[in-house]
Amino acid sequence: MATSEKISAYERVQAARSSARPMGGHYIKHMIDNFIEFHGDRRFGDDAAIIGGIGFLNQKPVTVIAMERGNTIEERMKRKFGCPAPEGYRKALRLMKEAEKFKRPIICFIGSSGAYCGIDAEKRGQGEAIAENLFEMMGIKTPIISVIVGEGGSGGALALGICDTAIMLENSVYSVISPEGCASIIWKDSSKAPEAAEALKLTSHDLYDFGVIEKIIVESDRTTEEICSDLKSAIISEIFSKEKMSEEELLSARYEKFRKIGA
Amino acid sequence: MKGIFDFLKIGADKTEVLCKKCGKETSRAKLEENYMICPECGAYLRMGAYERLEMITDKDTFEESDKDLKGGDPINFPGYDKKLDEARKNSGLPEGVVCGTAEIGGIKCALFVMDSKFMMGSMGSAVGEKITRLFENATKQKLPVVGFTTSGGARMQEGIFSLMQMAKVSGAVKRHSDGGNLYITVLTDPTTGGVTASFAMQGDIIIAEPGALIGFAGARVIEQTTGEKLPAGFQRSEFLLEHGFVDIIEERRRLKYTIANILAIHKK
Ligand SMILES: [Zn+2]
Repeated sequence: MATSEKISAYERVQAARSSARPMGGHYIKHMIDNFIEFHGDRRFGDDAAIIGGIGFLNQKPVTVIAMERGNTIEERMKRKFGCPAPEGYRKALRLMKEAEKFKRPIICFIGSSGAYCGIDAEKRGQGEAIAENLFEMMGIKTPIISVIVGEGGSGGALALGICDTAIMLENSVYSVISPEGCASIIWKDSSKAPEAAEALKLTSHDLYDFGVIEKIIVESDRTTEEICSDLKSAIISEIFSKEKMSEEELLSARYEKFRKIGA
Repeated sequence: MKGIFDFLKIGADKTEVLCKKCGKETSRAKLEENYMICPECGAYLRMGAYERLEMITDKDTFEESDKDLKGGDPINFPGYDKKLDEARKNSGLPEGVVCGTAEIGGIKCALFVMDSKFMMGSMGSAVGEKITRLFENATKQKLPVVGFTTSGGARMQEGIFSLMQMAKVSGAVKRHSDGGNLYITVLTDPTTGGVTASFAMQGDIIIAEPGALIGFAGARVIEQTTGEKLPAGFQRSEFLLEHGFVDIIEERRRLKYTIANILAIHKK
């Protein structure tokens, strides 16, 4: 891959979507020791698009919530290509509340084209599930670190994105709408997606400049192992600094982090 | 009352209006008397924010806040400044939501009313900022909030700033709620996308107007991506009530009474 300066916004979108790109499950495997996966929202079912559970990050107990689209075709069907259903978001919130009770920090890995789009998802309140997460995550009393590792697609990504520190892998993207969707609505031409990607300012560097994220993990000229290890160090140091804050300071800083955007 | 009606074509003499749903003509005066409901077929016409305020609040009690707050062009999106100028000219509004305080049935509350005339009530930074300020002020003054939603979803010309308004407003709603204050949302046609996935669904009490389109994903998008045939009444108020996502469906002519009643029951 070319050096980071020469990559266009749309090339980053393609990199973020690449089927070879590691998603949440990969980071759990290589970062978390003794990981135990927990299933289900205790309401309706279990959503395989979100993996949730507990383990150790460098000997520290953590709760991890990760979007995962799978590797094989069968797995991708089962995981709905990583697009969470309402029960996925509700499972995530259930595990976050559990983390809060046992005073564990929470790590969220985000990588999905968006919330699952379907009749059943609407029936079970996709909008309500996301809204509930945004509302409740504003009040979770333990540190939340959200990492965008792939495509951060709209409200479906934000539902795991209310956090104290937002980290992006350099070639991940985070956007209110897909470039194709934007191009077809605004210019009635989805082939203008590359122009839309540019216009939407959805790269990690754009979002860092806007103050929407706090950290970028460099990807160019780095191996998958090096990226994972850099990310792990960054998460550890963020958790360390957030745990020094009182609950009140933590929640008020979280509020201000979002309050200042577009004020 | 100002009159711009999304579903109506104003006739040549400007006193007769055509209902797009049933195709019958009716007079403007009759329509206004009838709460902007077609007297012929009962269709609910979309209401402007000020018309809604006049219908819901006690006479001469509404005090508008942040009236002139306008959004900018945070990501320099091609053509957005021109689009904003047009939206302001066509709607007569500076932005897509009107905020303030008023009395309803003699009880003071804070109100926000979205207006679909302004870029389909899409969620830009100014919309998010106005609603956030409203909740912050209501929290300080311990006032209940009554919010009328109507929105096509995100304001994509504001990119990530549009998305982050969902988070920003949610934070303010949470603080208002933690203060023990009441929040009533009234979902009107259409309430979709990011607004549904944030403050529309965060009310303590969620009321919907009959027949309103309420959902997260667009129906056409669902049909295209899944190939499934949409059931009759999909994403309408009645569908949401059946699946447990709204407290009440209330007729427009009874809305003020019902809201006043809920406020009275919560009066501290
Ligand atoms: Zn009619």
